[in-house]
Amino acid sequence: MAKFRCLVVEDSPTMRQLVVFALKRVPELEIIEASDGVDALKKLPGQKIDLVLTDINMPIMDGLKLVSLLKSNPLYREIPVVIITTEGAAEDRDKGIALGARAYIAKPIQTNVLLKVVREILGL
Amino acid sequence: MTNQDEKKNLLMRGQEFLQLYRKVEGFTQELMKENERLRYRVAALEQEQSVAPKVPVEEVLNLKGRVAQLEAEREALAQRYQQVEQENLDFANRYLEIEEENNNLANLYVASFQLHSTLDFKEVVQIVMEIVINLIGAEKFALMLLDERKGDLYAVSSEGIERERIPHIKLGEGTIGRVAQAGQPWVAEGQALEQLSMTEPQVVIPMRIKDQFIGAIVIYAMLEQKLNFSSLDHELFNLLAGHAATAIFASKLYSESERKLGTIQGFLELLKH
Repeated sequence: MAKFRCLVVEDSPTMRQLVVFALKRVPELEIIEASDGVDALKKLPGQKIDLVLTDINMPIMDGLKLVSLLKSNPLYREIPVVIITTEGAAEDRDKGIALGARAYIAKPIQTNVLLKVVREILGL
Repeated sequence: MTNQDEKKNLLMRGQEFLQLYRKVEGFTQELMKENERLRYRVAALEQEQSVAPKVPVEEVLNLKGRVAQLEAEREALAQRYQQVEQENLDFANRYLEIEEENNNLANLYVASFQLHSTLDFKEVVQIVMEIVINLIGAEKFALMLLDERKGDLYAVSSEGIERERIPHIKLGEGTIGRVAQAGQPWVAEGQALEQLSMTEPQVVIPMRIKDQFIGAIVIYAMLEQKLNFSSLDHELFNLLAGHAATAIFASKLYSESERKLGTIQGFLELLKH
């Protein structure tokens, strides 16, 4: 029985499937997918989301903008956000953390790292 | 000294002697009492000893044997405990290895699934690019296909570097051409992963369907956090070598057949009129 709901925001279907496939190994998780920031914001209302995993480089609305909007909205500001990005540079990581992201995962994603971060944040 | 003084002196000495005598007498009495108490204690102990049961020698030997046996059992249990501890450690390590293998298989499954999820050539190329970025961790690379008429490789897509900058490569010439002709994935040895060279790449993955070479993935630079290649990376090289080739070849065939079908249909329409 899923206890937590996780929203995966990633424009690349390959990458999204990779993350979703990894997260499916956590039985307590129900996974919702979104292809960019705008799609994510459409899927947020009306359901309790416990964690957001978002890519940074996305069309229409990037991950940093999404983090900024989530953290400025009283309804969503408590949701922990994890940033996933190709960039290993400290600049993006610092921007994301400064905006309120809880953690940062660099691509190429290592499944064990991803699962460790998710489990730690959700207390599993 | 008068006679009277001598008498007085003698009397005093006599009194002193009397006091000393009384002290000695008291001390002697105390000693005699202590002696009596000790004799009584000795007698009591002798009686206790005579009453206490005597353990037979055989039983003592048996008990000694039992102690030795228990000691041996304790030693064996300690050794077994150590063995179990070691087994636990081995199982924990094995669990981690299996976990890693599961992760790798999941990644390979996703890569393979995505490669064969479409027959659209552009989408297939995009998926190959995403796999190389997201699963291998390449920063600068190109997907090159074989121009069968000219016999050289040209870039159809690139990441982190302008496609126009990537030179055409003759089969069999230079590192890329030789590796492409040889047909086996190649990784440069002893090069820093951040090095960038158009003629001396870090990785070349030839794409083949059986003996038919169709192109190569050429990686010039890796992401800064990618420090070395794992076993999964080598599995991915092999997967891309085969599955990407099939997916690209199938999508090209499909595109061509669609185009030909359109031409034939148009021609038939023309004949009808």
